[in-house]
Amino acid sequence: MIRDIEQIRSFFPYLQSADSGGRTLIYFDNAATTQKPRIVINAVSRWLVDANANVHRAVYGLAATATEHYEAGREAARALINAASKDEIVLTSGTTASINLLANVYGQRYIKPGDEILLSEGEHHSNLVPWQMLCERTGARLRYFPVGEDGQWDLEAAEKILAEGKVRMVSAAHISNVLGIVNPVGELTALAHRYGAHIHLDGAQGIVHAGIDVQSIPCDFYSFSGHKIYAMTGTGVLYGRRSLLETLPPWMGGGEMVDTVTYGKTTYADIPLRFEAGTPNFLAAATLRPAIDFATSVRIPQVHKNEEEMTEYLMRELNSIGGMRIIGSGGKKVPLISFNVEGVHHSDIATLLDKMGIAVRSGQMCSEPLLNKFGQTGAVRVSLAAYNTMRECEAFIAALHRVLKMLK
Amino acid sequence: MAETEKTVKQVQQEIVDEFSAFGDWMDKYEYLIELGHSLPVIDERKKLEDRLIKGCQSRVWLDSEYRDGRLWFTADSDAIITKGIISLLIRVYNGRTPEEILSADNSFIEEIGLRENLSPTRANGLLSMMEQIREDALRYKDR
Ligand SMILES: Cc1ncc(COP(=O)(O)O)c(C=O)c1O
Repeated sequence: MIRDIEQIRSFFPYLQSADSGGRTLIYFDNAATTQKPRIVINAVSRWLVDANANVHRAVYGLAATATEHYEAGREAARALINAASKDEIVLTSGTTASINLLANVYGQRYIKPGDEILLSEGEHHSNLVPWQMLCERTGARLRYFPVGEDGQWDLEAAEKILAEGKVRMVSAAHISNVLGIVNPVGELTALAHRYGAHIHLDGAQGIVHAGIDVQSIPCDFYSFSGHKIYAMTGTGVLYGRRSLLETLPPWMGGGEMVDTVTYGKTTYADIPLRFEAGTPNFLAAATLRPAIDFATSVRIPQVHKNEEEMTEYLMRELNSIGGMRIIGSGGKKVPLISFNVEGVHHSDIATLLDKMGIAVRSGQMCSEPLLNKFGQTGAVRVSLAAYNTMRECEAFIAALHRVLKMLK
Repeated sequence: MAETEKTVKQVQQEIVDEFSAFGDWMDKYEYLIELGHSLPVIDERKKLEDRLIKGCQSRVWLDSEYRDGRLWFTADSDAIITKGIISLLIRVYNGRTPEEILSADNSFIEEIGLRENLSPTRANGLLSMMEQIREDALRYKDR
């Protein structure tokens, strides 16, 4: 049992480290990637020694061990989102890879000229560009439903577009990496299905701050990245409902994804291996298990309460700064806040905060259309994880005041 | 002595000496911010898309003019620290011949403790700015 945040911090070597001046660093860019707990770091170094053999191929013991670890990663991902079967979990290198895979195989099977794909205005480039590419290839049309001034979805507008009857696929973020609001994905899923469309949810941030049960919110597809929930980089998941996933053709061809191959013709493996051509990043994928175990173990009331308090504190303190513009102020806010201060450039703020040992994100955050919609060329973003503390938030706010004094 | 009567190396050394007087990063960045505010800005009409340097988190425009065998730069950015850094570059390279620019090195940036601004991922795109200056020099080299 986890006792408190201090105990959680003790699991992360990075959080114990300090810079050359003996200062502990504040890491507030968790939406980009999280630091890694010791169980993940140790697992990788141990498995490199005692479980490094190619998976799903050979009969010797070492290969069986490696395959077990890899498949345990898949099972952990299944359990995390409560998928009905492990076969519905395709292991990828990240959310981006998941969505590219989906856009390609789904497009091949289901998209014809004149069909429509519906996204929200608040999508990460990873959930926008692959669909744009698909539309260019197939003659389908990309539509967007609006995000309001406060960052919340306009579901009525979404429904109007769906009611025109041409949308085959809806794809939208569970939580936007800029707005930090838990979107009403259950309602959107119901809407999509009512009008005969399929739905994919980009869960890169949602898996971290909201979690999903794909049986109670019956989306057709759900993507997320392992590295944002404490697993190694190069890990990701595409969940697909079995009845639909089974209808999709493969994308990349190669080893592992086949049933039988002759010089003339190949028949393909069943799901999910059909979509996992070549040697996967099996060691990284295996870390999904310890990482998800860890992520699950910190889903305790104390951590929730801490995150809520930090979010509330940051929103209040930021809002009290003159010229503050928070992008995504409405709805159910998670500890992921993007902002600008009038007359000050986001990169100047981030540069000076870095000098004070605080890592925040600045720039377009892979969401150029969304920021442009809000009249911004970029923004500063703070995003917290289970190991961040109120003390760090206070230090950040104090540092921000100092920075603004220098810049104004 | 006008800046251009000194060698590139001399001007760089002057900047290094100025920066070595600063006690900590705060003083250094405050100075950069001050420099940023005093940078004579680019003519609005020259803020053209093709003079916008790509790869910067802040937008940077750099324009050059070639007169009597020498290059003259004007620049602007929407980020003030970036502007401060540009003003250092302009101080070093303004009024130089293409040959002088092409044979210069930029280790002074490291010496004044702004090395982190040279990393390829760095937002203010100092590297791209220097590339642009060199590209302009190359363009006029054989005129
Ligand atoms: C909402 C959202 N979608 C997609 C991605 C892309 O994830 P990855 O870079 O791990 O493929 C991210 C990551 O920043 C994200 O926040």
